[in-house]
Amino acid sequence: MTRKRRRLYFVLAGMAILGVAAALVLTSFQDSLVFFRSPSDLAEKPIPVGRNFRLGGLVEDGSVEKDGVIYQFRVTDLVETVPVTFKGLLPDLFREGQGVVAEGHFNDKGVFIASNVLAKHDENYMPPEVAESLKKAGQWMPEAKN
Amino acid sequence: MVAEIGQFVLILALVTACFQGVLPLIGAARGNAPLMHFADNAAFVQFVAISGAFACLTIGYVTSDFSILNVASNSHSLKPMLYKVSGVWGNHEGSLLLWGWILALFGFAVALFGRNLPDSLKARVLAIQGLIGVGFLMFVLFTSNPFERLDPAPLDGSGLNPLLQDPGLAFHPPFLYLGYVGLSVTFSFAIAALIEGRVDPAWARWVRPWTLAAWGFLTIGIALGSWWAYYELGWGGWWFWDPVENASFMPWLAATALLHSAIVVEKRDALKNWTILLAIIAFSFSLLGTFLVRSGVLTSVHAFASDPARGVFILIFLIVVIGGSLLLYGIRAPMMKGGGLFAPISREGALVLNNLLLSTAAATVLLGTLYPIFLDAFTGAKVSVGPPYFVSTFLPLVVPLIIAMAFGPFLPWKRGDLTGVLTRLKFALAAALLFAGVVWWWQSNAPVMALVGMGLFAWLLVGTILEWAERIKLFRGPLTSSWKRLVQLPRSSHGMTMAHIGIALVVLGITASEAWQTEHLGVMKPGEQISVGGYDFQFEGAENVAGPNYEALRGTFIASTGGGKGILMYPEQRRYTNPPMETTEAAIRPMLTADLYVVIGDADGKGGYATRIYHKPFISWIWIGAFVMFAGGALSLSDRRLRLGAPKRARSPGAKEKALTGAKG
Repeated sequence: MTRKRRRLYFVLAGMAILGVAAALVLTSFQDSLVFFRSPSDLAEKPIPVGRNFRLGGLVEDGSVEKDGVIYQFRVTDLVETVPVTFKGLLPDLFREGQGVVAEGHFNDKGVFIASNVLAKHDENYMPPEVAESLKKAGQWMPEAKN
Repeated sequence: MVAEIGQFVLILALVTACFQGVLPLIGAARGNAPLMHFADNAAFVQFVAISGAFACLTIGYVTSDFSILNVASNSHSLKPMLYKVSGVWGNHEGSLLLWGWILALFGFAVALFGRNLPDSLKARVLAIQGLIGVGFLMFVLFTSNPFERLDPAPLDGSGLNPLLQDPGLAFHPPFLYLGYVGLSVTFSFAIAALIEGRVDPAWARWVRPWTLAAWGFLTIGIALGSWWAYYELGWGGWWFWDPVENASFMPWLAATALLHSAIVVEKRDALKNWTILLAIIAFSFSLLGTFLVRSGVLTSVHAFASDPARGVFILIFLIVVIGGSLLLYGIRAPMMKGGGLFAPISREGALVLNNLLLSTAAATVLLGTLYPIFLDAFTGAKVSVGPPYFVSTFLPLVVPLIIAMAFGPFLPWKRGDLTGVLTRLKFALAAALLFAGVVWWWQSNAPVMALVGMGLFAWLLVGTILEWAERIKLFRGPLTSSWKRLVQLPRSSHGMTMAHIGIALVVLGITASEAWQTEHLGVMKPGEQISVGGYDFQFEGAENVAGPNYEALRGTFIASTGGGKGILMYPEQRRYTNPPMETTEAAIRPMLTADLYVVIGDADGKGGYATRIYHKPFISWIWIGAFVMFAGGALSLSDRRLRLGAPKRARSPGAKEKALTGAKG
């Protein structure tokens, strides 16, 4: 009797903790899933203003403008382009013509406000999402990745 | 020549591992002593062979032998010697060889220190280690051979990623691997116990030191990794909930849970099945971590290679190891007899709560880490799970864990008394409220979580010290008798106190640096001064300087608090030549009360430079705390009762008659 009841207590405690965890997971999943979109995806299916997502593509050649620590550039998949502004220090490997992933949201003027810009960690590396979206856009040139 | 020798001994190691994985199992099943003892010799031969292979590759790196493909693509003749050596494991093939070498090292250590293990158990443990070795060595030889030749040999190598040329990162992988692979020993013990169909307190005593060692190495490995991210990446962050970080954090959570549940098996002969399952899960997390990091599934600096053949091999290996061991568990676990029954309010009850919270936390981290991979595989949608998810699921599980951490050690085994513990903890509660109150008075606009964090820090610190003081009866009698108790108290008990204090310090560092960090971002011209976090930062100017294999733009800043001498700080932006790459070298002044952190960026063309300055209060305590935890683990490990292989089955107080009959082997 007591043995069974005690075991029941532990099982109940375990279920309670798991239940709380499941509730936490479900509520926070809603806000913290960050989708990846290429410029072509956005042209096809726009994302509402203010919604957080990741934008990936190549930094368009000749598009980078700098004013102090505020940068403006365009991200392209060689079909569509999206204007981006970013305040901060850009990562070391941020270059024109190279792959980039920016996290942020659109403002009401259709400009992507990046809160975080990720570039590659080394020279020979292309973020896989960017490589795939370039392939989808029919613009993938493996030999041109440098 | 050196590469061929390396290749040969590696094949020799594989052949040895095959025999080590089969013969001792047959020997243990038939009670054949020579076959069982063969395991010891095989473990020794395997260790020597892989050491030889590792030495060969190291010679290749040190002498810059660019006829070896691996050396040519990852090293350079002008690289400093430390990074030539650390370059051995700074790449996919070499790091796997290191993994295999550490696996063999642990196997050899079990053979060496396990003198008083029963023959059959030891033979089975070593056989399982051998089988894991077969899998890894096959992976190395067939998909990731570090000794592949390159013909013609290039004049010079293409160099190591400069981000990896760093003392913190030189030692981060070996420590992490010592932790990952250390868990293979507990895994082997668990599988051996399942085959034998028996777990007893003595088993837990043999397993605990290995878990403790693996846990300590994991702690240091993770701390080194986050320290590296903090000062090398130049973003000022130290933990990003990046999948690769999670991959090392999940085994740590599981190992921490295992460490605590093994105590219950040892002292109360209960929670056996759960402990076995945890041992399997912990090593599965290690393998999963290796898979996630090495297969190129994830976007990160760690993803050296993205060769599909390797990914498939590791996936099959994972399925065989995890699936096989869980299947064995499913068949054999119901046969294990559950031990004592126990009350919810007791030491073992508190340890169960610890395990519930830790494993739930590990599960939520696992879900957040794998969800993007599954979603991609099934729907093709690319998502990432951001830090908000981890913060909002992990924190609510950790807060009760820390509250319970102060209670647990006060509770006696079998039956505790909650009100009694509460009265003894009243000072801790008072300290927590007082400390949170003082912080609130001083920083009235502080976020609630910051006050909670500071309160938890004081609660855990004071609660842990109170428990320690009670153990040695401090101020309850003459100091000399307290001293006597202090000396006589087992070292593992002091180790527990230290590790818990370490957690309290980590809580302090995380809370204070997250809540009260101040930051300045903007263009600064030479001579300009700016105030951040109570310090005045004077920008003196920037100049170009040359390093051994890079050129750099170096800024000079003087930080001062008004009076006294200023602190000189030199942030750099480096351009490495081989491979061509830029890195940011933040200038960091670590102090006990705060870190000053200065980054210099591009010139704006008008004489100014983009700069970022942080003032991060108490952030050093995160790593100090991690080191204190490690030291606590090391102190525990030096306990006479826990020394590797020291415990004897016959001596253990909880051992029953059947255990004694099993000890003759």
